[in-house]
Amino acid sequence: MIYKLQFAELLPYWDVLLQGLIFTVVLTLVSTVAGIAVGTAGASLRTFGPKWAGAVIMAYVELIRNTPFIVQLFFIFFGLPAAGVMLSETTAAFLAMTINLGAYSTEIIRAGIQAVPKGHVEAGVSLAMTKWEVLRHIILNQAFRKVYPALSSQIIIVMLGSAVVSQISAQDLTYAANFVASRNFRNFEVYLLAALAYLLLAMLTRSLLRGLGRVIFKAK
Amino acid sequence: MLQFSFWDILSNLLIATQWTIILSLIAFVCGGIVGLILLFMRVSGVRPLEWFTKAYIEFFQGTPLLMQLFLFFFGIALFGVEVSPWMAATMALTFWTSAFLTEIWRGCVESIPKGQWEASTSLALTFVEQMRYVILPQASRIAIAPTVGFSVQVVKGTALASIIGFVELTKAGTMLNNATFRPFLVYSLVALIYFCLCFPLSWCAKKIEGRLNVAR
Amino acid sequence: MSLVSIRDVRKSFGELEVLKGVSLEVAKGDVVAIIGRSGSGKSTLLRCINGLEAYQSGAILADGIEVGGLYADLRELRRHVGMVFQQFNLFPHLTAAENVMLAPMVVNKVSKKEARNVAAEVLAKVGLSEKMDAWPSQLSGGQQQRVAIARSLAMRPKVLLCDEITSALDPELVNEVLKVVEQLAKEGMTLILVTHEMRFARDVGTNLVFMHHGKVHETGKPKDVFAAPQTPELQQFVGGTAH
Repeated sequence: MIYKLQFAELLPYWDVLLQGLIFTVVLTLVSTVAGIAVGTAGASLRTFGPKWAGAVIMAYVELIRNTPFIVQLFFIFFGLPAAGVMLSETTAAFLAMTINLGAYSTEIIRAGIQAVPKGHVEAGVSLAMTKWEVLRHIILNQAFRKVYPALSSQIIIVMLGSAVVSQISAQDLTYAANFVASRNFRNFEVYLLAALAYLLLAMLTRSLLRGLGRVIFKAK
Repeated sequence: MLQFSFWDILSNLLIATQWTIILSLIAFVCGGIVGLILLFMRVSGVRPLEWFTKAYIEFFQGTPLLMQLFLFFFGIALFGVEVSPWMAATMALTFWTSAFLTEIWRGCVESIPKGQWEASTSLALTFVEQMRYVILPQASRIAIAPTVGFSVQVVKGTALASIIGFVELTKAGTMLNNATFRPFLVYSLVALIYFCLCFPLSWCAKKIEGRLNVAR
Repeated sequence: MSLVSIRDVRKSFGELEVLKGVSLEVAKGDVVAIIGRSGSGKSTLLRCINGLEAYQSGAILADGIEVGGLYADLRELRRHVGMVFQQFNLFPHLTAAENVMLAPMVVNKVSKKEARNVAAEVLAKVGLSEKMDAWPSQLSGGQQQRVAIARSLAMRPKVLLCDEITSALDPELVNEVLKVVEQLAKEGMTLILVTHEMRFARDVGTNLVFMHHGKVHETGKPKDVFAAPQTPELQQFVGGTAH
């Protein structure tokens, strides 16, 4: 029996899906900013800070990179309350995504920092700048320029990974799709639509990031 | 209410871990085979094949793995076929893996100097012969590190199969959490087991890459 | 009957026309030296002959095969027309002998034993018998280039194209390669070389082709052309380069 796809049945739920989409976008945006801030701090500390800080950061990075995001999410949402910390789904989602992106960007930015030629650092130090001033004015700029593509890719990966937050009932696009599917049982159609929405979002984000990169770094 | 001791929890998790490992292996191997076919298509120079491969990669890399799992799970059912979570998970992960592996491998193939292609062309080798005897032997050396690195992503990806009901490590964790109400302990153990699976792979990949850079 | 026949070939890279109607006839046993400034189109012309570059109009016939036809024809063409590159392009994952043996085994379906015999023969011809099992990375530039020549010879080509094969070599290694090419010429191999080695072109070449701005500007017997260049461009080119 050939099944006829019934996309029309999704129409009444357009507002639900749109809300989910917006939530996903906002979630990604906020987590990206926070995550990169964490990454910058982490990478800087790892390279220039005390040894023990470096070790802690490395442990954090390896832990996040070698465990699935969904497990991290469950740990934060289900596990932390047992230790006394109560979180709403939305907060838990933001936190998990920030921590996740933070770890990956720490690694990426660290690679960028190490790629800056030693001569530049030496020049800065010879001009009596402290290593933190050198970091801020000379290194980070170049490091970001170099790893911007890798960072952009990671942002998109994290955005696609955000679909998982639906599992703790955070009301993202996937949650909305689940909701619609439970109402009209058009599972395949709604998930296809959602998948394509994510795809469009990914492509848009990629273009936006590329354009942003050109503006920020004024391609020298 | 059933009382679960620490060892009850751990042993149940470890049993489920077998399925994580099996699913990972199947996805990785099958994904690799499909990825290799796609690789030949992608670098063949035949336009329609290249476009198809590009679209395929764009779809599987540009949509959430969770969506792909849902689509396979509900999509196959539309054809009237009985689909188990196992089947949907295997298929989704295979195709997802193949998209990423083929891109990684394409990068390696494209890093081979053009002169190698020209020299082997001039010796009258066909495209397939060039790939087999000249390009792939060189590209595979470069490809080992990132491929091993990606295997970590595959293991982590299997965790999503829990959402469509496949009982692997994460699903076992969820079930145990529901039974014991000890999420901190359960999910810590789950994370630890994943770490034990993934960290050695990450470490290997890093070591191989390091050795390759020294050899150049 | 020409072995290689090039008739009014035009080739453009996008907007830029690099070959503006080139015609050339190469007979069996000819040693054609193509000289000219960078950008004159000499390498492009050579690469058109074995199909590495496609051309837009005109005709090239090599050993009776039309160049630029179907894929299958190109494969057949390349069994008759060999090429040696400026950057050697040896396969780094194979030893010298394996480099030489690859094409005969894969394309001509020769057995491994016989391929090894052929490899031994051609490597001896270029003076590298003792380096049969060496890796390319262990060889000097001159040795690598000689292996590259041997690799092409193993396919028993009727014509050998040489694209500035000594330009990437240190000066002291150039001679060993030129000696090999000279020997090939003596044995009657048809050669078309793009080269900057003027002395070689004059002493070993049978025809000299001077290319300028994508056309054959002047041709003739090397000794004559070098002694008395007809066109001002060639006079300038020859005057400017050391002999």
